Amino acid sequence: MNSGTILLSHGSGGKRSNELIKGLFLRYFGNEILNAGGDSALLVMNSENLAFTTDSYVVDPLFFPGGDIGKLAICGTVNDLAVSGATPEFFSAGFIIEEGLDFQILEKIVKSMADTAIQANIKIVAGDTKVVNRGKCDKIFINTSGIGKLKPHHRKISSGEGIQPGDKILINGFIADHGIAVMSARNDFKVLAKVESDCAPLNDLVNGVLQVSENIKFMRDATRGGLATVLAEITTNKNFGIEITEEQIPVRESVRGMCEFFGFDPLYVANEGKIVFIVAEKDASQILLNLQKNEYGKNAAIIGTVVSEHPGMVVLQTKIGGKRIVDMLSGDQLPRIC
Amino acid sequence: MRYIDEYWDKSAVTELVKAIHRESKNPVRLMEVCGGHTMAIRKSGIPALLPPTIRLLSGPGCPVCVTGKSFIDKAIKLSEKDDIILTTYGDLLRVPGSDSTLEKERAKSADVRMIYSPLDALEIAKHNPLKKVVFLGIGFETTSPASAVTILQAKNEKINNFYLLSAHKIMPPAMAALIVEGVKINGYICPGHVSTITGSGIYNDIVEKLRLGCVITGFEPVDLLQGILMLVIQYETGEPRNEIQYKRAVKPQGNLKALKILNEVFELKDDWWRGLGVVPNSGLKLKKEFEEFDAEKYFDLNLPEPEEAIGCICGEILKGKKLPTDCKLFGEICTPDNPVGACMVSAEGSCQAYYKYRL
Repeated sequence: MNSGTILLSHGSGGKRSNELIKGLFLRYFGNEILNAGGDSALLVMNSENLAFTTDSYVVDPLFFPGGDIGKLAICGTVNDLAVSGATPEFFSAGFIIEEGLDFQILEKIVKSMADTAIQANIKIVAGDTKVVNRGKCDKIFINTSGIGKLKPHHRKISSGEGIQPGDKILINGFIADHGIAVMSARNDFKVLAKVESDCAPLNDLVNGVLQVSENIKFMRDATRGGLATVLAEITTNKNFGIEITEEQIPVRESVRGMCEFFGFDPLYVANEGKIVFIVAEKDASQILLNLQKNEYGKNAAIIGTVVSEHPGMVVLQTKIGGKRIVDMLSGDQLPRIC
Repeated sequence: MRYIDEYWDKSAVTELVKAIHRESKNPVRLMEVCGGHTMAIRKSGIPALLPPTIRLLSGPGCPVCVTGKSFIDKAIKLSEKDDIILTTYGDLLRVPGSDSTLEKERAKSADVRMIYSPLDALEIAKHNPLKKVVFLGIGFETTSPASAVTILQAKNEKINNFYLLSAHKIMPPAMAALIVEGVKINGYICPGHVSTITGSGIYNDIVEKLRLGCVITGFEPVDLLQGILMLVIQYETGEPRNEIQYKRAVKPQGNLKALKILNEVFELKDDWWRGLGVVPNSGLKLKKEFEEFDAEKYFDLNLPEPEEAIGCICGEILKGKKLPTDCKLFGEICTPDNPVGACMVSAEGSCQAYYKYRL
């Protein structure tokens, strides 16, 4: 750690977050389960394979087009379990609430969590509430933890240890919707864009894929840091590289316009309902068809290939046939001056 | 997307690349002055498509990069005062001053707010009458008209708690200074958005007196390749001209309304540029009748002259004398997370463009 205070960018999901996890948390908490670094911890209890994960949710504004903090708090944890190959089942929910929060707002959030829990077929079975003085937190922070059953042969998915050159890379639809939707919804943001967050529970979609193929090598939900960061993370220090084709990556026109406007690269903008799949080439088209049948995968696409060239690096073939490297998000993306 | 997709058209790109390969016979050094161009060139992967005769250099057109550390030091000094709300474009948050950044000061409790328009800063001033709101005005003619409009509005509405700390600059004096300094360039890819405001006349002297081709160019791959082709043809035929490639946005006379407002509010001053030092008549300061909004006049901002980081060659890079990859700090000590020099901070900076899109 080379700076004396925690900065917002330590929470951005990019390089600084990574340094914080490796340089502090793993240094103190490290054990063989945590060190695996997947989206969920893989446990064996009484010879039953389980996956366990936790996540905290802070978002401003609390309600945005396509979702709210409650929906997010369920979907995020559902998706972390799902991409580990597990079936999410039991959740806890912890609330840190700022004194003065309107009760109706709280109820709206809780109802949204309950509705999403029903949709995702999980049960909230434990909870906690703390109220802090006004100004000590921003309206409401939510933590959820979740546990789910995991089939033994899916244990390999979260580490991606089966990935090899030739494998195909898929994504289940338009990227960057969530980041742009939340940004547009912020009060101080006088831009009209009709973009909805992609926030959604994806366990059903993942389940479908796992049923049609035994050759799912890796899955990860591309949240903060976006698609680019997930691909860069999985490639770092590996003996394979990744090649993706800009033209194949689904980006909504309105989102592309907003990104152009602010100087953002959609590859780095957050999603809350997108999963990167790495699968054996022979199953790729069948998996694509299966994804496209699901309501959260209609615009799924094959976007790239695992290659033996340029190991450790993600290379993007640009729309005009040029090439460039895709790296992890380094610092938050800042809107440009001109 | 209209006005974007046409300019990413693969067959148009192929034709232009072919023409560039055909026309370019002698080694030529072209400088893109604007940081937006640097980023667009790297992001679209254009260098890989060009023949070895063409060398693209990045110039002093990223506002964050050319602004001295003293500007950040002054901003930080202001942010330390309890009654000040500092408002800024996002790019400036991570730019290192002598000892800190605005991002770090914000973490320590300074009231630093990122805004998208100086008019938002004026709104903040109206809603916080007991505070003093300072806007960090930075950028070329693309952003200075917005600052000017805000000052006019503040004057009209008699707002007495809004101030501008101006680092606004204009482009042509720096472009001429580079040539006078002996930097070897054979043509300028001129900034598209600056020229939307100024028109093309500002480059006449460079073409006529310094005998250098100028092509005002847009920001998509087809724009850039066409601009490059136009400069190559000018160079090969030995006839430097002042041309507009970016015709869908730039008119020869510019945006007269914006220019009028600029002239009403600002006047020229000698200004310091990283890499170039003091360039006569290259900066903008508020005219006397708007002095009440001038942060430099209102606050005591006398600070020791900062020293540039040891080993950082931002200055040489901004002059096109060296590449980011020539810097010993590049990619190891200096990264977008921990930028040493300004060229690594800004999304338009050459070093960040080379770092993010290297290959």
